[in-house]
Amino acid sequence: MFPAAFDYSAPATLDEALRLLHERGEDAKVLAGGQSLIPLLKLRFATPALVVDIGRIEGLDGIGRDDGTLHIRARTRHADVEKATELRGSLDVLLDAAPQISDPLIRNQGTVGGSLCHADPAGDWGAVMLALGAELEARTATASRRVPVTGLFDGPFATTLRPEELVTDVIIPMPTGLAGGTYLKLERKVGDFATVGVAVHVELSGDGRIGRAGIGLCAVGPTSLKATDAEKALVGQEPSDGIIAEAARLAAAHCQPVADQRGSVEYKRDVVRVFVQRGLHTAIDRARGGAA
Amino acid sequence: MNVNVTVNGARRSAEAEPRTLLVDFIRTTLGLTGTHIGCDTSSCGACTVLLDGRPVKSCTLLAAQADGRNLSTVEGLADGATLHPVQEAFHTEHGLQCGFCTPGMMMVAAALLEENPNPSEEEVRWAISGNICRCTGYMNIVKAIRRAAELGVEVHSEPVSAPAAGVA
Amino acid sequence: MAIAEQPALGGIGESVLRKEDARFIRGHGNYVDDIVLPRMLHMAILRSPYAHARIRSIDTAAAEALPGVVAVVTGALLEQHKLAWMPTLSGDTQAVLATDKVRFQGQEVACVVAESKYVAEDAVGLIDVDYEPLQAVVTPQQALSPDAPIIRTDKDATDNHIYHWEAGDKAATEAAFARAARVVSLSTFYPRCHPAPLETCGCVADLDPITGQATIYMTSQAPHAHRTLFALVAGLPEEKIRVISPDIGGGFGNKVPIYPGYVVATAASLLLGRPVKWIEDRTENLISTGFARDYHMTGELALDADNRFIGLRVSLLSDNGAFFSDAQPSKFRAGLFHIVTGSYDIPAAHIVADGAYTNKAPGGVAYRCSFRVTEASYLIERLVDTAAHELGVDSAALRMRNFIQPEAFPYRSATGFEYDSGDYPRAMRVALEALGYDDLRREQAEKRARGELMGIGVASFTEVVGAGKGRDYDIVGLRMFDSAELRVHPTGKAILKLGVRSQGQGHETTFAQIVAEELGIPAADVEVKEGDTDNTPYGLGTYASRSTPVGGAATAVISRKLRDKAKQIAAHLFEADAADIEFERGRFWVKGSPDQVKTIQEIAFAAYSNIPEGMEAGLEGVHYYDPPNMTFPFGTYLVVVEVDRGTGVVKVRRMVAVDDCGVRINPMIVEGQIHGGLTEGFGIAFMELITFDPEGNCIGSTFMDYLLPTAWETPRFETLATVTPSPHHPLGAKGVGESATVGSPAAYVNAVIDALAPHGVRNIDMPVTSDKVWAALRGAGVTE
Repeated sequence: MFPAAFDYSAPATLDEALRLLHERGEDAKVLAGGQSLIPLLKLRFATPALVVDIGRIEGLDGIGRDDGTLHIRARTRHADVEKATELRGSLDVLLDAAPQISDPLIRNQGTVGGSLCHADPAGDWGAVMLALGAELEARTATASRRVPVTGLFDGPFATTLRPEELVTDVIIPMPTGLAGGTYLKLERKVGDFATVGVAVHVELSGDGRIGRAGIGLCAVGPTSLKATDAEKALVGQEPSDGIIAEAARLAAAHCQPVADQRGSVEYKRDVVRVFVQRGLHTAIDRARGGAA
Repeated sequence: MNVNVTVNGARRSAEAEPRTLLVDFIRTTLGLTGTHIGCDTSSCGACTVLLDGRPVKSCTLLAAQADGRNLSTVEGLADGATLHPVQEAFHTEHGLQCGFCTPGMMMVAAALLEENPNPSEEEVRWAISGNICRCTGYMNIVKAIRRAAELGVEVHSEPVSAPAAGVA
Repeated sequence: MAIAEQPALGGIGESVLRKEDARFIRGHGNYVDDIVLPRMLHMAILRSPYAHARIRSIDTAAAEALPGVVAVVTGALLEQHKLAWMPTLSGDTQAVLATDKVRFQGQEVACVVAESKYVAEDAVGLIDVDYEPLQAVVTPQQALSPDAPIIRTDKDATDNHIYHWEAGDKAATEAAFARAARVVSLSTFYPRCHPAPLETCGCVADLDPITGQATIYMTSQAPHAHRTLFALVAGLPEEKIRVISPDIGGGFGNKVPIYPGYVVATAASLLLGRPVKWIEDRTENLISTGFARDYHMTGELALDADNRFIGLRVSLLSDNGAFFSDAQPSKFRAGLFHIVTGSYDIPAAHIVADGAYTNKAPGGVAYRCSFRVTEASYLIERLVDTAAHELGVDSAALRMRNFIQPEAFPYRSATGFEYDSGDYPRAMRVALEALGYDDLRREQAEKRARGELMGIGVASFTEVVGAGKGRDYDIVGLRMFDSAELRVHPTGKAILKLGVRSQGQGHETTFAQIVAEELGIPAADVEVKEGDTDNTPYGLGTYASRSTPVGGAATAVISRKLRDKAKQIAAHLFEADAADIEFERGRFWVKGSPDQVKTIQEIAFAAYSNIPEGMEAGLEGVHYYDPPNMTFPFGTYLVVVEVDRGTGVVKVRRMVAVDDCGVRINPMIVEGQIHGGLTEGFGIAFMELITFDPEGNCIGSTFMDYLLPTAWETPRFETLATVTPSPHHPLGAKGVGESATVGSPAAYVNAVIDALAPHGVRNIDMPVTSDKVWAALRGAGVTE
């Protein structure tokens, strides 16, 4: 239960960190909060030659607005998202998801960026960011690019990021009109990974129809999944029990759960259906009830 | 590598391997055995300490990550002979049996009451949901924390949020 | 000497705050891993990844060459010292380190001793073992099938059967079933779970090569018994062995067995001449140390036309893992399961029990089970509820109808127990009223009409604790008496030394309260010592709720003996007759002159300075108590649940627990024990599970898979008490530590089944997880 030996570096600046990753990214691991990496190191499931601790770099955390988008800097702790109550009414799904991640102690230390890059198929932020249509800002020593979350996950615990890349921001488009959302998580106890996680974000057009619909699922596939069929079935529609039930059915059909200690394939699929249904009702009620 | 930490208000400096877990640094290198190890998957919270005032699992941190920061452990709760209200309340409300989870629970409680001086039962249960107890069934732990709130939380004399100079 | 204002005594019945808290709240507990000795080495264990395999070879060269490694110990090395196998507490043998075969995943194969625990773990990773996997036996049914691979080839076994045991009266039971109006049956599996105390097991073995003194600090619930076993196993002279059980971070039966790690650490210390520390990690604890339950049960209840229970038939199959290593009274192969008639007046019962070896970790009797009473209580309470549903009668009413009535005590059960005292109808009535049972049943009916799933579960347990009378109860031949040694100092303070050993139950306070009650010395002035075999009297330790029934009785008896001597001294001081001396709360006076008082403190001083001619000086003594009977605590637990039709998630809305453990020494501490047990019962009922895949891989070997409830899931408990004293116990007290773990799982499960019963659901085995509830609902056509 103790890590194997590794070299360690705590660069003081982002440029220094990117230089290190450029040189040694192949056998290095980035340490942000460590709440995903350190458990792996302790079990010796990860044995990097070098750990690059980005905890000393100034300015890598915080939540800010920038011209129609929300920027969550990569090293922002889950607990700090919990506290961003000003987002209630526009990005409910963020506020509903944050407190359900792991447990309060992990939330005090773990980071949004670290969690997303860890790419656990049961990771809550994956489902949320897919529902929100988020992008990541990924930087190398020489360049920078935007990676839509839809193109981030490459398999269980695998991303399309290159070893020399470091994620600096999560960028979320702010809703322009009425919006509502929620995050529903079935977990066996606090701290367990999700049995099923469903993120729902809905924006209503001026005429009350659904303008945008985002449904992200976690723990029911080899990666977090975007229930695109269900989303398409909602856009442009007048929200009704029937429309919602159909979207829920589509989302359930879309997911790819695996049977394990948490339940059978049929069980998980049905919980997706139930949660998408409940989540959409909540999201739409909130969107209707919120200020423009 | 050298790790410099302010522990319960006192500056400490010691050698550690990069892979040394903070909990082992605290227990073995610093000799503060009040912080305990109860699991190997970051699941139990027996190792909870305050890092810059925030309750964290010291088994899921490298000692290196605490370099230049403020660490509070159970040994620093009391002010000499004067118990912290949380300690007093755990005693009067029978909030401990075997005592193994107790330091972690009390550190979470101390931090909670700094932020939320009058938590509801639900808020207390939520705050300690990262800490496992096998003996008490949590009833008296919750009672103790709410009693500590009644007793009032004294402001700590050492800085709980400002990191030591020289660190970003 | 002036008579000081009588301080608060802290006698029996007072919720005295705990004396032991002082060190724990300051983080100054002294647990085994806190112990640091000069030149101390650290040991780590290499464990088998296979459930069943032959060992072809072990290559330790790379491990031995790692800087910081002092020694690598294998089974071959231990074999040279005849230490490769050790006796178990159930009369079997267990491998210390595997020699030719491994028999469960996680079994100890080799040990590294190094300068630091990090280096020790590094070296463990460098040991190369060549295994030849064999077919694994994963269920006891599989184990007992004719073509099963033989597990215990070390004993030239021809099958995997361990024991066959029966209790009760077969003929009378058959007759009862023959004339029954109705028979209700239930097959249920009590799954493998684990005590999982928050502190794992470990030791620091310190053998002084010059003096030959062996000091072993260990997580032990029974230090004296362990010391004797060390003497027998390791061949060390018993007088040279000192076992010190310092502060223990929870036991729950996990710290009763002797684990290979203790033995190898001791052997390593002997060989190396330096202290060796071994602390297991959580995975090791869950995968290899004494698990609990894993018990297949089929129960049949025979009823007459008036819904009276007339017979009970039970067949049991126990999965004991690869070695029969349980700590249980040697005469009872199935522990005290034959308490299974429970709180009910059932005139005939017959139990047949068989045990089997499997390729899993050894154990079975643990986790606050009172020696298999958890299993028995679960079966009968689930069976009674099943009967209530089949008969269409109220489950509380069916119990009331069949309770052993208060006038029937002492009550001889159909399986030979003599219940000391009980008032089951009273506990039930108190519980029903506290819950508002009738109102809730009305609410349930309304909710059912709307399709909502609400359930009320009842369990009325009687359990049996306080092992026990030496003639009937022994562990590896050591009779289960217990002891108390009390000395009163000249200044009137006292020291009490015990053969039991608390792991959080508050003995430093509660046992002082007994002395305070009997001798009048304030509890604050009574120092209580446990756990060090060098300076405590011999006892069998703390488990199976025996401390108060046996150790507490010993304490009361010796306190009374000293009180009698004190009376003699008082008589001498008053120049009166001992028969005329009155005593109350630490004050002695001559009958008729209550204003002329001598305090116990004055008597104490006189014991050393002014004793009558011919009397021995001092005020001290030791008593070894042989209990005349067990004690029978009981209670009624009521649980209310709501079930989510869409997800199968169960929410416990209320939990009312009425417990009767006779006279309560410290109500606050008793209540704390109940809270803890109700939480363990909750965990067992809803989430705790160790299971295995067909290859014998253990699922549930970390806290990611072996789930323990947090403060968020755990319900709030409403606890009440009735008091029905034990007639044979000197204080009228019974044991209580395990009552809640014994009685509550059935209450929780009964509540869920009650919620689902209208849809034809009859049983769900524990843990009752949301997916199982969902499956039961969907199977009955219920959906959201």
